[in-house]
Amino acid sequence: MEVQQRVEMKKVFITGDDAVAHAARQSRVDLVAAYPITPQTVIVERIADFAANGEFEGEFVAVESEHSAMSACIGGALTGARVFTATASQGLAFMHEMLYAASGLRLPMVMAVANRALNSPLNIHNDHSDIMGSRDSGWILLFAENAEEAYDRVIQGFRISEAVNLPVAVNLDGFTLTHSAEVVNMLSDEAVGAFVGRPPRRNTLLDKEPKSFGMMALPDTYQFFKEDQQRAIEGSRQAILAVEREYGELSNRKYGPIKAFRAEDADVVMIMLGSYAGTARAAVEATRSEGIRAGVVSLGWYRPFPADELLRAVEGASTLLVMDRSVSYGAIAHPLASDVMAALYRAGIRKRVVNVAYGLGGRWFTEDDARRLFRYASKPGPDFESFFYYGGESE
Amino acid sequence: MSSDAVRQQGEASSAQVRSLFEVERRERLAPGHRACAGCGPMIAVRQILQASQEDPVVVNATGCVEVVTSVYPETAWLVPWAHVAFENSAAVTSGVEAAMKALVRRGELDKERPVVVFAGDGGTFDIGIQALSGALERGHRMLYVCYDNEAYMNTGIQRSGATPYGAWTTTSPYGKIWPGKRERKKDIMGIVAAHGIPYAATASISHWKDLMTKVRKALSYDGPTFLHVYAPCNRGWRFDPSLTVEVAKRAVETRFFPLYEVEGGRYRITLPVTKPRPLEDFLSIQGRFRHLLLPQYREALETLKRMVDEQWERINRMAAATAGS
Amino acid sequence: MSDVDVKSRPKVAMQLNPGGWHEGGSSVEYLTHDWRLERPVVNLDKCVGCMYCWIYCPEPAIVLLDRESKGPSKVKVDYDHCKGCGICAQVCPTKAIDMVPEEVKV
Repeated sequence: MEVQQRVEMKKVFITGDDAVAHAARQSRVDLVAAYPITPQTVIVERIADFAANGEFEGEFVAVESEHSAMSACIGGALTGARVFTATASQGLAFMHEMLYAASGLRLPMVMAVANRALNSPLNIHNDHSDIMGSRDSGWILLFAENAEEAYDRVIQGFRISEAVNLPVAVNLDGFTLTHSAEVVNMLSDEAVGAFVGRPPRRNTLLDKEPKSFGMMALPDTYQFFKEDQQRAIEGSRQAILAVEREYGELSNRKYGPIKAFRAEDADVVMIMLGSYAGTARAAVEATRSEGIRAGVVSLGWYRPFPADELLRAVEGASTLLVMDRSVSYGAIAHPLASDVMAALYRAGIRKRVVNVAYGLGGRWFTEDDARRLFRYASKPGPDFESFFYYGGESE
Repeated sequence: MSSDAVRQQGEASSAQVRSLFEVERRERLAPGHRACAGCGPMIAVRQILQASQEDPVVVNATGCVEVVTSVYPETAWLVPWAHVAFENSAAVTSGVEAAMKALVRRGELDKERPVVVFAGDGGTFDIGIQALSGALERGHRMLYVCYDNEAYMNTGIQRSGATPYGAWTTTSPYGKIWPGKRERKKDIMGIVAAHGIPYAATASISHWKDLMTKVRKALSYDGPTFLHVYAPCNRGWRFDPSLTVEVAKRAVETRFFPLYEVEGGRYRITLPVTKPRPLEDFLSIQGRFRHLLLPQYREALETLKRMVDEQWERINRMAAATAGS
Repeated sequence: MSDVDVKSRPKVAMQLNPGGWHEGGSSVEYLTHDWRLERPVVNLDKCVGCMYCWIYCPEPAIVLLDRESKGPSKVKVDYDHCKGCGICAQVCPTKAIDMVPEEVKV
């Protein structure tokens, strides 16, 4: 059923970084603490522009490092204020310690991650090595496929985060999304302001009755806090769905845990995260013309992992082509494939899984590459195999 | 320094603490914490909290004070308190302070609360110096207190940038070649003052009147202020727990730890020590320095004495040079 | 999924605040008196109410008898929390505090 959008929208031609900055501004953020790093820098610059011109209601703190960016966000969130930051790559790695503090303290906040490769060798281009290094930090991890989705998911992120008291990271592919201008249908400041409301400010550092935060837990209590975090992120599924639904009613843009394309009758399904999903979808028709029933499932959520939705979408497929843009060194499979296989095992399902490490450090991936991989995976082979694929050569 | 970091009118005269009778009697720290008997840093915390004219928000770096006061579910803090990590308390405070500003502007908070940071010498001189420098440069309103017990005591007495020359620690032992710590203590006051913040001072737990006056002065500024508090550790320095205050007092009386302030760029010695006691009076009552009194470490003792003299002269020179400026 | 009796999993329930915060001042429940080898005993005849012992106590285990006034206050010791460090006796200008060995109860 089509839902009519309820608000006026402004069609703008902006980059993913610009879109994210606008989302933070419109979400009535109280504090942005951030440090520049390619390819996230433009987000910080835009927010500074807004602040310089009185268009930003909150405080912009240009900190001296990403570690301090996350630390300041934690301080701000402890007061109950709404906080936002953005980072990438080395910056995310540098704030790694604080990611655990933010989630362990059960603090709501939103962070945009302009996904980029990690040192060494130095590479400023896109892959998912940065966020996969932080995948177990207790954050809700969402992935955007285009600038508009990044904008939408940042706005939704505040509502989700404040509903479940967990931090939310919105991932967008560095350069591919952060630096490419696209059409974004922006909601009005008023509509976003009304959608996000104000944070509830429960149990804060500024409460009348003094409270202590960030205490030390000895072996008698520590594990209970960890189990509490696991319950919270598992329990966040309903909250995320509800926010996505409500946002859909407002904007007529529907998101969910997964986006399935021609998967219902597919024999080979490519499973992926991020912006190359569009490239893969574009290759489906041509692949099908070769007689290979291809489909694509991209994930909007990575944590909590949408196992049930994913398995439902690939029910009829014999082969899953799981595409990883990061490496889990020495593991059986790379991060996404490990999750997919764990989901299959839990459900008692056995399918052929082809795990492809690709697109590292910005390595190209074209429609031809997608077709080539679909063709390869459609042939009989072992139940599991894993290899590196170097795309970019045309057929 | 930004122009709004100016002294608030009328508060200067009330800063002076003349007697203990005028300070807050309602405890801001509860007993039942797990600090060692005779803990110097906990004396510093209490004196600072009681000196404040309103309940501050406390941000605490990882360290002795943090671990002993916050074992879940037993917290000793009767004021709002937060701990996040070791190296970032100045950055966490930046966020707390900036967020309060935004909340006040929105009308969701009546006024900004004073924020006091407690961090040890490791969390200030070493691992936390980047976050501290950033916060000082940005001008966040806070009182950053470094309680200095001159080594990493929480992990078992390892040397820090604040450990004095010649002091024994578990990572600066004395032996056939080493005299104890081989490097001088970092001049944290010089580093902090170089940021041009409105107020920085040293203080000692032995001199509560001087310390509490400095706390009030610091809290009266709308900007970052810094207090370097000498807080002996009887476990790490190897002396009897009953002597914590006495050791701190001798540090001041031997000019080992001069009490001074840097206010608006002007250096002023707040406790002139015209007739210093021999440095041995300070060294001989602590196990960490006792080897310096043995003949084979005579050279190291002379080096330490020279450093103490140089420090005193340097501060006096700064005081003379900036007087009336 | 097979039917699993989740209740059969070993587990102990515990009430805690998500994120690990706690209302301030709860440490009073934690008694530290048994750390003490010597107890400070205040001689109120000698005590002049200067409050030095109070401001130098790391605990605080020195309790002001007069908490309302703005003048001198004599003191008593909180023997539930005093760890017996002896600083109070050391700093007392009138020697009004004696450190007395704790008796071992048999």
